[in-house]
Amino acid sequence: MEKLINGKPILVTEEGYLTNFTQWDKDVAQVIAEEEGVGDLSPKHWDVINYLQYQFTHNVPLTIRKVGNSGVTDIKEFYSLFPGGPLKKASKIAGIPKPVSCI
Amino acid sequence: MAAKNILILGAGSAGTMMANHLKHKLHADEWNISIVDEAVTHYYQPGFLFLPFGIYDEQEIQKPIQKFIPHGITYINKEIDKVVPEENKVILKDTTILPYDILIIATGCNIAPEEVEGMQAELWHKDIFDFYSFEGAKALHDKLEFWEGGKMVIHITEMPIKCPVAPLEFAFLADDFFKHKGMREEVEITYVTPLSGAFTKPFAAKKLGHLIEEKGIKLVTDFYVERIDNKNKQLLDYGGQVVDFDLLVTVPLNKGAACIGRSGFGDDLNYVPTNKHTLQTTVKDNIFAIGDATALPASKAGSVAHFESEILTENILHYIHGEALKAHFDGHANCFVETGNHKALLIDFNYEQEPVEGTFPFAGVGPMSLMEESMLNHMGKLGFKWIYWNVLMRGRTIPFIHPNMQKAGKKIPHEAE
Repeated sequence: MEKLINGKPILVTEEGYLTNFTQWDKDVAQVIAEEEGVGDLSPKHWDVINYLQYQFTHNVPLTIRKVGNSGVTDIKEFYSLFPGGPLKKASKIAGIPKPVSCI
Repeated sequence: MAAKNILILGAGSAGTMMANHLKHKLHADEWNISIVDEAVTHYYQPGFLFLPFGIYDEQEIQKPIQKFIPHGITYINKEIDKVVPEENKVILKDTTILPYDILIIATGCNIAPEEVEGMQAELWHKDIFDFYSFEGAKALHDKLEFWEGGKMVIHITEMPIKCPVAPLEFAFLADDFFKHKGMREEVEITYVTPLSGAFTKPFAAKKLGHLIEEKGIKLVTDFYVERIDNKNKQLLDYGGQVVDFDLLVTVPLNKGAACIGRSGFGDDLNYVPTNKHTLQTTVKDNIFAIGDATALPASKAGSVAHFESEILTENILHYIHGEALKAHFDGHANCFVETGNHKALLIDFNYEQEPVEGTFPFAGVGPMSLMEESMLNHMGKLGFKWIYWNVLMRGRTIPFIHPNMQKAGKKIPHEAE
């Protein structure tokens, strides 16, 4: 489905995760961050988002543990940056798919 | 010319299948095949789900490893220290050195309860159990026999885990178990997951989400455990959520083998970086990996190892003949999912295709239905134990079941082709 984000039609899943990463940009990220209650994205948020995108483009499955061990942030800080569900919120803002299981 | 060496690390499902396949494909005067495993018992791991409920007994889910290693293959019952890729050798804990021309890593994965504070503490195997080990499943069986009820919490620490649907199946079977014991009212079942739901794929969520509610299972999502408080019997997560339990059935963090960590080429969970289509590792050309040991984005499941073993056998033959590795694994998994009340679902999917409805293995015919609860699927799951011991672990193939997923017979929405 398409959703208007920052005035642009963006392809997303029913839950709002981008399905075409090429449509992602920093303004799109900021709009999603506000929708998710994360607010203004700080340099620290961007460090995490950049890390997630780098891992995703290298086909590395992401987990909260992996992010916590990345050296970019630790689990406590990850939670305070993206309160609630840090990996799913950060993934949505980063324009990458939701962390899922097989079913 | 002296014979060359193929060395297989791990004699679980994947390693055993490879040993049997390669034995049939290679000449004994050209290739020595050896398989190393510190264990002596081969467990039918899907049976760990049934053991706690007394559906299977201890004896029918274990056999000696040796029984499935074909004649002419050397079984080395020793612990692996590490792989030294640059010298094409494996060092064992007793300092034995095993040189190889081709290495196949099938060292699997296992639970690591020590990774979460308070998991493997006072209550371990008293009120806190795993069912991913023979010991855990057996201890849980003994506990359930006399448990009088209370709060049962079924919990996943972190993905990826072996058999990702097993915790959900456990919840469904527990609901059934307590109903049959006439004590379902005395038990509150809560399913606690680090993911956003019990079902995370859109089709499964729509089609199967009702099962959780119908069975009266409470759901706690986005729960990422920080520690377990043994004194107050509570699970605490990093986000401040707290879940009380009387009986905790947890799936601890799963990790690859420690010898992979010692070898220096595993990822942060000791999984081996591997090409997702050819099953050749990125460590070195002559090292391949299969099953739960890999870092592939496929499910960690016996069916995946089974399909991979057919692909990998083909690619090892290509490698030996100096050809391109033409066989491509597509991430195919095929799993029965127990839903309780003598019913099960069947799911069939791969890297690209999420589980959908349809028929299996014959398009439009079945006899199995995909994503539908049925008694036939449940019988299929129970009957699979015989197939496992007598067909798969002997390196035989199952008729009509292809290593790559078949689109025919599946109702794939918006399929462009």
